[in-house]
Amino acid sequence: MWTESLPFAKRFAHMTKQDKLSNSFRNQPDDRGHFGQFGGRYVAETLMPLILDLEKHYRAAQADPAFAEEFDDLLEHYVGRPSPLYYAERLTDHVRKDAPAGKGAQIWFKRDELNHTGAHKINNCIGQILLAKRMGKTRIIAETGAGQHGVATATVCARFGLPCVVYMGATDVVRQKPNLFRMKLLGAEVISVESGSGTLKDAMNDAMRDWVANVDDTFYIIGTAAGPHPYPELVRDFQSVIGREAREQMLERTGRLPDMLVAAIGGGSNAIGLFHPFLDDPEVEMLGIEAAGHGLDKEHAASLAGGKPGILHGNKTYLLQDEDGQIDEAHSISAGLDYPGIGPEHSWLKESGRVRYDSVTDTEALEAFQLLCSTEGIIPALEPSHAIAAVAREAVKMDKDQIILANLCGRGDKDIFTVAEALGTEI
Amino acid sequence: MNGDRFLNRLSNAFPTDRAALVTFVTGGDPSAADTGAILDALVEGGADIIELGMPFTDPMADGPAIQAANIRSLKAGTKTADLLNIATAFRQRHPTVPLVLMGYANPMTIRGAEWFADACVQAGVDGVICVDIPVEEDDSLGDSLRAKDVAVIRLATPTTDAARLPNILKNASGFLYYVSVAGITGLQQAAQASIQEAVTRLKAGTDLPVAVGFGVRTPEQADDIARVADGVVVGSAIVEIIAKHGADAPPHVKAYVKSLSDAIRSAR
Ligand SMILES: Cc1ncc(COP(=O)(O)O)c(C=O)c1O
Repeated sequence: MWTESLPFAKRFAHMTKQDKLSNSFRNQPDDRGHFGQFGGRYVAETLMPLILDLEKHYRAAQADPAFAEEFDDLLEHYVGRPSPLYYAERLTDHVRKDAPAGKGAQIWFKRDELNHTGAHKINNCIGQILLAKRMGKTRIIAETGAGQHGVATATVCARFGLPCVVYMGATDVVRQKPNLFRMKLLGAEVISVESGSGTLKDAMNDAMRDWVANVDDTFYIIGTAAGPHPYPELVRDFQSVIGREAREQMLERTGRLPDMLVAAIGGGSNAIGLFHPFLDDPEVEMLGIEAAGHGLDKEHAASLAGGKPGILHGNKTYLLQDEDGQIDEAHSISAGLDYPGIGPEHSWLKESGRVRYDSVTDTEALEAFQLLCSTEGIIPALEPSHAIAAVAREAVKMDKDQIILANLCGRGDKDIFTVAEALGTEI
Repeated sequence: MNGDRFLNRLSNAFPTDRAALVTFVTGGDPSAADTGAILDALVEGGADIIELGMPFTDPMADGPAIQAANIRSLKAGTKTADLLNIATAFRQRHPTVPLVLMGYANPMTIRGAEWFADACVQAGVDGVICVDIPVEEDDSLGDSLRAKDVAVIRLATPTTDAARLPNILKNASGFLYYVSVAGITGLQQAAQASIQEAVTRLKAGTDLPVAVGFGVRTPEQADDIARVADGVVVGSAIVEIIAKHGADAPPHVKAYVKSLSDAIRSAR
């Protein structure tokens, strides 16, 4: 399927007939980058001409078959796509043990943890670095939480020979040490961000400060489907390879579509990448999982569950904040989910009712992490461990002949120190 | 009506024979109780327009000095209500000095644009500068402010090209704030020649006064800009004095502002 090179715009048009209908869930955002009341371009004037220019170049790239061709070629031969679609038989059996008679859906995984660099993040980085190249930019910056996006960005920068600066919160530098070293090996300069809580939000602030001061030569590779328009749209489009493959693979393997999709949400890029190609398939239910941290009544990172709409990092979306609009510090055991906001399309999908959102605590995610290790021989990242916990919860309520498909968007190598510490083990 | 009074207070602030001095401090730094005396020191030192910064947890366009001021203010417990009280009290003490709120979109819009516009009117605020609402998103705040005759002060930057400029000038009021460097507050300063060229370009498109800021620290720099622009904006340098002296800052602030004001008054 990777040999066909449809331009992006056309790929989106051919997926379902419903695309052209006004009631499609797949025709967002509008011309101003708004997803209903969410999204938009809330940036300083200095950056406005840059994001308009980015949009112009993205539109040109979308219409250019050569861009799609190069993207596809790199995804196939460099990233290792398509990623497998895997039926997790032992996990399914395990879950069925506790299920009422006739219940316990088949659990399937989209294995984006097998990608080069170990997560879905690379899909987006390939797309954005190709855009940077088209625009003649000579320096790349990025923010990172778990370090997966930082590693993926450092990787594509090495691959394309561009200098790379990654902003990473000081807290995350400590808890994601392996990725810090990986980025350095790949030649990136990693700047530890001390401000605020020293996590993803603060890294993003400093990346934007860098960008505003280096407007002429610098391309900002944002790591999730958030930020000012057109980032939420283009990150979604690049990540939608996950859902497009999954849809085709599922049809090929089972002759039907899954009954439910599940994905973990930090900013929401792996989730929107899986969901978007299915949004106009009404029979497919979707569940986005936020990080409930210590619990929704304590410190957490579930902005849809515990936040309200506001403006941060260039877009309007649900945010954890106080009554004055001051942003709260998020908490999750998973650095990649430790963010007080969420991509604007998810805010819109929540309000439109098309996608259901729920949350999973640190403790539940840790249990799911271990469960996948022992039942399937797969060490997942802590981010998708949240999705796996939700899958186990949902599958027991579904019929045996139903299919639940989760995005296994990252592998857990980076998390072994965090998990060891949480389990009280020394390594 | 009210509105004329507000807009007049701002337009009268730009004398014809010299540049105006526009000074910025972060409200609530080092505490809400201290800000009143600091604002008075700005006025006594010779500031023509006061920009009162609304603190925000994530001041993305600011450099280290103003970031730290935002954090000090929030750590001291400053709330939006405190900030509006500071403005209201300032208006009572200084009926004629223009007061502008400067800050970020989220604290300004969280209770709704209407609420914020009403709060500005009640507190005697003459204008608003919102860093992260560009003209493209103007309807999320600008319409409500204009309806209440609160000036919507626009920013132009070195990246603002000729195609964008008319959109920025449309519906702008009070004055035009030229951010002279592409970057965050408090770090670099722009070359005099580039400032002069930019001001000439901007003034060709608007009758509004043009104030120039970002990176201005010394009386000499203020003097240079005052020769070519209608206003000189100074922020980080004052905020650094407050960082150093805390609650004892007012006399130091006053002396520094006076040095700027003297330089500006002798510039032309
Ligand atoms: C493996 C993995 N999954 C998920 C995420 C969360 O991001 P998003 O919600 O954009 O997929 C991250 C972020 O670092 C990650 O590394």
